[in-house]
Amino acid sequence: MRDVAVIGVGCTTFGEKWSSGFRELFVEAGALALEDAQLSGEKIDAMYIGNMSAGRFIEQEHIGALIADYAGLATHHIPSTRVEAACASGGLAFRQAVIAVASGMEDIVVAAGVEKMTDVEPGASTDTLTGAADREWEGFVGATFPGLYAMIATDYMHRYPLTREQLAQVAVKNHYNGARNPIAQYQQEITIETVLKSTMVAEPLRLFDCSPITDGAAAVIVAPFDRAREFTDTPIKVLASAQASDTITLHDRRDISTLDATVAAGKKAFKLAKLTHKDIDMVEVHDCFSIAEICAIEDLGFCRKGEAGKFTADGETALSGKIPVNTSGGLKACGHPVGATGIKQVYEIVQQLRNEAGKRQIDNAKIGMTHNVGGTGATVAVHILGRV
Amino acid sequence: MWEVPEQQLPFTFSGGSDMSVARFWRKIPQRYNMIGTKCETCQRHFFPPRTFCPDCRRSGRIIDYKFAGFGTIVTYTVIHTANEQFEAFTPYVLAIVKLDEGPRMTAQIVCSPDDAKIGMRVKSVFRRIATDGESGIIHYGTKFVPSE
Repeated sequence: MRDVAVIGVGCTTFGEKWSSGFRELFVEAGALALEDAQLSGEKIDAMYIGNMSAGRFIEQEHIGALIADYAGLATHHIPSTRVEAACASGGLAFRQAVIAVASGMEDIVVAAGVEKMTDVEPGASTDTLTGAADREWEGFVGATFPGLYAMIATDYMHRYPLTREQLAQVAVKNHYNGARNPIAQYQQEITIETVLKSTMVAEPLRLFDCSPITDGAAAVIVAPFDRAREFTDTPIKVLASAQASDTITLHDRRDISTLDATVAAGKKAFKLAKLTHKDIDMVEVHDCFSIAEICAIEDLGFCRKGEAGKFTADGETALSGKIPVNTSGGLKACGHPVGATGIKQVYEIVQQLRNEAGKRQIDNAKIGMTHNVGGTGATVAVHILGRV
Repeated sequence: MWEVPEQQLPFTFSGGSDMSVARFWRKIPQRYNMIGTKCETCQRHFFPPRTFCPDCRRSGRIIDYKFAGFGTIVTYTVIHTANEQFEAFTPYVLAIVKLDEGPRMTAQIVCSPDDAKIGMRVKSVFRRIATDGESGIIHYGTKFVPSE
């Protein structure tokens, strides 16, 4: 297997982008990534596109071909493949691109993610997202996505010392970071009061515990590590790529408050990279809901089970903390265009490792991690990236 | 297998994006009467039903099993913002129920949101779950009520 490096990254701004369609979004992100790698399109050997549900969001399937076409690559006839794993689609697209290069099958590969979520009514988009869980035995009986994560929160708060204020601090911290990220959907800081006074969605989760509906696209380009300096002075090495699965339903999990797929993928990634959690300078975790970040930092090993609330309230996950979590603002403040999120996490870590993260820059960042979850934890992708 | 008599199929397809008649109809025994499955090789019960035992794999022998419908709340939430079909029911209690036979399932609990709690004993009841618009099919299925 060959070592793999990220040689270029690009990302649209995230938000409710009424004037941009699906095609404009991915073309913009792809062009930014190519420009960043100073690469012309004809050098691309293959593309992997993370997308959860273009079929329901814009009634368009076959988007691998569509994207190759609108990226001006139809006449080059390169393989272009859509990857779907609900909210983990982007993370899996990145992993497929890494595997393609590591195996020697391809050299220059684009991993992109795109989701256009606001062309349908908000009710239709939340219903579509319910398809990331079990439609027959969760969605059918009235479960919503916030509802499923709310049941994790109820279980967690029953068993471990987590206060409502500590949970709110996750969103407060992520909005603080989002306010320092020019691509973030929300660039306003909030207070614990903001969270506690927001509309109740599914007890105990309120509106500000939930990630928003977002349009956006992100793209990264990977290449063999030993060729990376042809394209960039700051190649970022992929130190580990791991993926794990678990039961599709929340009710079938071994432990409601532990994402075993996160534990499995995290352990595998650390083993592959020959690193421990102490070596990680910052991590982008999948905070689709505030409780998800609490579980993630524990399940990845950054603190012990039951301690993430205090860990967060003590500022250990803030920009100046022991392990900065979601420097981008996370899904909560940066936004969550589902298929693009896993790629945006890589985009953020690459910016940090290149010392290009502006007001949210972590000093002397050398190694970063991404954690991308599909559904309530049925798919997890974890990557470790390093500056070399 | 529990057969669905033909006279129990009065539904007409709504033509919308809701669940089709066939998709709903084929799970009527499971949704109405909690007919799940059981692996005769390892005695593990499955609800929602599985046709393949994840423990015994190909040496498993799956048979139908009628669940008694008693269980305990493992965790729950009160849904205030629901998907469109469930808006009329808000706020409603949604829970994970551990059935006495072993498996866990997700279901609504018919009780005041203030009364729901972890560890509460519940029993299954046959209830209307949702409706596909004004002229679409009515989904019936299993909810739970407090049993003590």
